[in-house]
Amino acid sequence: MKEVKIYERPKSWAKDVHTHYCPGCGHGITHRLICEIIDELGIQDDTIGTAPVGCAALMYDYFDIDFCEAAHGRAPALATGIKRTRPDKIVFTYQGDGDLASIGTAEIIHAANRGEKLTTIFINNAIYGMTGGQMAPTTLIGQKTTTSPFGRDPELAGYPMRMCELLATLETPGFITRVTVAKPKYIIEAKKAIKQAFVNQIEGRGYSFVEVLSNCPTNWGMTPVQSFEWTESAMIPHYPLGVFKNFE
Amino acid sequence: MARVLMKGTEAIAEAAIQAGCKYFFGYPITPQNEIPEYMSGKLPKIGGAYVQAESELAAINMVMGGGATGTKIMTTSSSPGISLMSEGISYIAGCEIPAVIVNVMRGGPGLGGILPSQADYMQATKGGGNGDYRLLVLAPSTLQEAVELTQMAFDLAQQYRNPVMILADGFMGQMMEAVEIKEHISENLPPREPWALGCMKERGGKRAILKSLYLNPEDLERHNIELQKKYREMEKEVRFEAYRCDGAEILLCAFGTTARIARSAINNLRNEGIKVGMLRPITLYPFPKEKIRELATGLKGVLVVEMNMGQMVEDVEAAVCGKAPVSFFGHAGGIAPSVKEIEEQIRAIL
Repeated sequence: MKEVKIYERPKSWAKDVHTHYCPGCGHGITHRLICEIIDELGIQDDTIGTAPVGCAALMYDYFDIDFCEAAHGRAPALATGIKRTRPDKIVFTYQGDGDLASIGTAEIIHAANRGEKLTTIFINNAIYGMTGGQMAPTTLIGQKTTTSPFGRDPELAGYPMRMCELLATLETPGFITRVTVAKPKYIIEAKKAIKQAFVNQIEGRGYSFVEVLSNCPTNWGMTPVQSFEWTESAMIPHYPLGVFKNFE
Repeated sequence: MARVLMKGTEAIAEAAIQAGCKYFFGYPITPQNEIPEYMSGKLPKIGGAYVQAESELAAINMVMGGGATGTKIMTTSSSPGISLMSEGISYIAGCEIPAVIVNVMRGGPGLGGILPSQADYMQATKGGGNGDYRLLVLAPSTLQEAVELTQMAFDLAQQYRNPVMILADGFMGQMMEAVEIKEHISENLPPREPWALGCMKERGGKRAILKSLYLNPEDLERHNIELQKKYREMEKEVRFEAYRCDGAEILLCAFGTTARIARSAINNLRNEGIKVGMLRPITLYPFPKEKIRELATGLKGVLVVEMNMGQMVEDVEAAVCGKAPVSFFGHAGGIAPSVKEIEEQIRAIL
């Protein structure tokens, strides 16, 4: 019988590495999607990633492409410097919610507003994962974290920030969308969106931003299955999926 | 290019362009605004880019990104702006990325003032950001020297894959002087392809990872030992000017604009027969400690003059190592030590 390979590791996934992510974490899914897209677009030698501070700080170990670490929140500025000096390369930032929506708010807004020809993948899991489960700007109302032990109180901490909607108020950015990796049907949509964000850059079309609603079973105190159910039942109502801007 | 009358900030900007710098990332702050203004007009015309960042934090990270592709890159700022950049400078040093940073110093601490100062000596030479890192720090005293050091800074940055700082004061930024700015062609610099981002094809498919994170303590220690080895190698770049030191009984130590003022005081005193000379560090890191010790040994005194409250004094004391008494005179910035004041200080030592 002829052997037909229908599933394999992406070529741009580094050889012989295993991620440090917790079982069931959405980072692994999103990493794989990006690698598949890099392979499908044939841009492995031309892609430069910037790694965030947070759970994905070590992502450069897992991708067989050029990578530079960024200080917390500064990836959009770092990527600006890379892309401006190497406009022939495909440059992306991969950032969590503490990184992008808190300490790096200025950098993301201004990179988007300058229309840098970059791609941003924004992982929103409503918590600081790496530091052990503190409240993020995206933490939901009533959500308990190590620094909101009684649940997030809007009187004290305001309401969770919707970054897609915020960025969509700007005239310049081209493509802004929110997806999730909570279930296979969503993952297929997520891949389409991320791929478009890379294709936009290849075509020189301006700034693309993909928010990915993810999970954090460890710091949410849930099993992987429960956590993705919570992403769907609790996060999506506050963070609606969809396209907010598409070069209109 | 013939000698032309230029403002210091513009001379630095043109010198950078003539050294092959086509990319500039900056944020407005007095008294260095003419540099980004000059760059914003020139760079787009030569196929480069000027980006006005949203903050100094962003500017220095853009510099990190540009430097990470092995491109000649520069930013300029002034004291409080350099404080904001210090986070990024630490990352740039930790990731071993070449970059040129100009600090046109103004008074501090905090918002301080907008007038000239030398109060960032310690920030420049001893860190500012976190961790065990060093910058090469060059301190010009004339605009012509600022031009030459700026051009040299790009070569040093590439050679050592390290950030290089030009430490100028507000006087140097704002005064006008005749300068000659030649095209500077870098020679014998190591190629970027073995390490820089965007050269994966040239490396035959081998990726580059630029990082300063080493979670394993043994790896972190190894990384730091390598950095220290490089900093010791950088010591051979030490530069200084010994001015009228022959037979001197008193040695003056000053850098930048202050050294220029001190030169007049030395000339006046020498005319009176008072034997005084000056050692002017041109590199503040590496510091010319051996030369200072050699010159200071057995003298009546060493006088450090600065436009700050005495930041270089500890380096001079460490260099002199008790071989002569060391004293200090200075103003905090905005007020420059005058020729007359310096003369009085020297006379008091006699």
